[in-house]
Amino acid sequence: MSETTILLDHGSGGLASQQLIGELFLKYLDSPILRGLEDSAVIDNQPGKLAFTTDSYVVDPIFFPGGDIGKLAVHGTINDLAMRGARPLCLSLGLILEEGLPLADLERIIISISEAANDCGVPIVTGDTKVVPRGKADKIFINTSGIGIVPENVCLSSKQAATGDAVILSGTMGDHGITIMTRRAGISLQGDLQSDTMALHRLVAGLLDQFPGRIHVLRDPTRGGVATSLNEIAASSGRSIVLDEGLLPVRPEVRAACEILGLEALYLANEGKCLAVVDQGSAADIIAALHRMPEGRDAAIIGTVVDGTAGRVLINTPIGGSRVVTPLHGEPLPRIC
Amino acid sequence: MKHVDEYRDRALIEPLAAELQRAVSKPVRLMEICGTHTMAIFRSGIRSILPAGMEIVSGPGCPVCVTSAAHMDAFISLADAPGVRLAIFGDLFRVPGSNGSLAHASSRGAKVEIVYSSMDALDIASRHPDDLVIFLGVGFETTTPGIAATILAAQRQKIDNFCVFSTHKVIPEALDVLLQDPELQINALLCPGHVSAIIGAAAYQPFVDRYHLACVVAGFEPADLLNGLIRLARQIGEDRPTVDNIYPRVVSWEGNHRALAMVDEVFEATDTQWRGLGVIPGSGLKIRERYRDFDAEQRLAIVVTDVPEPKGCLCGQILKGQTIPPRCPLFGSRCTPASPVGPCMVSSEGTCAAYYKYGETG
Repeated sequence: MSETTILLDHGSGGLASQQLIGELFLKYLDSPILRGLEDSAVIDNQPGKLAFTTDSYVVDPIFFPGGDIGKLAVHGTINDLAMRGARPLCLSLGLILEEGLPLADLERIIISISEAANDCGVPIVTGDTKVVPRGKADKIFINTSGIGIVPENVCLSSKQAATGDAVILSGTMGDHGITIMTRRAGISLQGDLQSDTMALHRLVAGLLDQFPGRIHVLRDPTRGGVATSLNEIAASSGRSIVLDEGLLPVRPEVRAACEILGLEALYLANEGKCLAVVDQGSAADIIAALHRMPEGRDAAIIGTVVDGTAGRVLINTPIGGSRVVTPLHGEPLPRIC
Repeated sequence: MKHVDEYRDRALIEPLAAELQRAVSKPVRLMEICGTHTMAIFRSGIRSILPAGMEIVSGPGCPVCVTSAAHMDAFISLADAPGVRLAIFGDLFRVPGSNGSLAHASSRGAKVEIVYSSMDALDIASRHPDDLVIFLGVGFETTTPGIAATILAAQRQKIDNFCVFSTHKVIPEALDVLLQDPELQINALLCPGHVSAIIGAAAYQPFVDRYHLACVVAGFEPADLLNGLIRLARQIGEDRPTVDNIYPRVVSWEGNHRALAMVDEVFEATDTQWRGLGVIPGSGLKIRERYRDFDAEQRLAIVVTDVPEPKGCLCGQILKGQTIPPRCPLFGSRCTPASPVGPCMVSSEGTCAAYYKYGETG
């Protein structure tokens, strides 16, 4: 391709579109089903229940420490499947490109998508590209949908949280959210802030395999953070959750950035962490198993499910007091003094 | 994290929490006047272990909250003016005026950019030479030195498409008016850590002399807060009010001379309107005549017209410590952080937002 930026022609369905598909997408996204270039992907029937999910990615900046919008689009949708206990089968890839996007940026993102999909063992099997005039979108928007297979004996849902269950967080909180916010703010801090974007389907498969029936709920605390996901679990299950502030895993550099910006890590987005509500008696073994997995080495028990006001999340503070943890309201805004 | 972890250490704070229970021998009704204190007190869970006889009232410590409806309306109409690009701190974005907020103006196509430092507004001005970039100056003594430094930098760098709409306010004058209110009935002041870093702990001596108030300048970590409450309870128990600075790692007796000199170079005192408190003489800061090119009010001949506060909203009384958010009929029903009626619900440091966020229903 001789062009260096995306033109409206690239989304026309004509020759320029064909070139983009042939010379860029198929060069990196090498799945036999995609290569067929048919109107839809046909996938062999498999035993089990189907899980189906979709998510759109509009993150700004599109490249950030620890990842980029492409990697995020692969991991995010795989994680949504994994949280229901599904083994991810395949993904779709929908791109909305802004006229003028440098082709080099698009290539970098497609390579990243390809690497993420290969690492995860989940192919992109169908796709679509549209180009909109300059100013009608912001560089690139991505939608991925995913299909997975849930084994017949697996049933994970927020409703399953039971009194006495332990609440586990698979790693540190807020890494993705604070990385994006400090980038947007142009704040440079000492230390190594980076997004935690990571696929969790192997971690989930490992847990379900080793602890059948012991895992009751899995959720990935993305937007709204751990606080909001826990409120949803408490509301769905009609239970209360009590956290211990001293047990919450937060990297020191994330805490420092939160202090500066007046934010709470409990409300920041994560892209490679899951909350697991598990049988209390197995909790210690589950933590030990998580610590042996690369995705779970910082896992910690952070609280307990209790009877009490349905839908309420409380946190015990180090001074021996307690307070309510509400879900996120509105976008977190930095304070002014 | 240095300067944070040691003040959150359980071994340090558990004995302090126990000591607080024993420290109150006479009733303590204390006011805090700093949004960061409001939030830190809730966040630490101190309210759940307050001893009998101790009550905490939140005062006008959130700069966004005390910004009058008239100023908010002026901000929003500026956003809609052609050729104008606003630079604001994030807290201001969703504050409602009589007719929508800056967020609504932004959705209509107004140019509103959220910045983390007023210096960022200068970069925006350089990048958009065809726009007049107006920084909306809302804040107390903590933010004004930074704004003064930005105006001085703009002058040095000859950036002529930048100016500031100053609604800056100073705390001591407002506090003085507040304390003259016979309904307030407070006997102790938890003095603001950040503001005091600039103005110095000495600024509170007049309140000890005039109103016989116990005063403690404290920081924001659990150990700071517990220690502050203990010291206030002791001063009252012994009936020996004084200014006690327990935040010397940040606050000195006389304040930050360099910052104060910079503010004095650029700003002068003026009368200004506070939400809930009305016009307080000498409590505002306007840009001096010699920097008039950087004064948005001068440059655009802005006229601020009085508008009524939102109907039913008790922000005014809440800012004066006369009532608490759960007693407002709008709290949690018509007024929530997602759809705020008054400014105390919008700002992350507003008293209503704190009560809502931390589930306090009174």
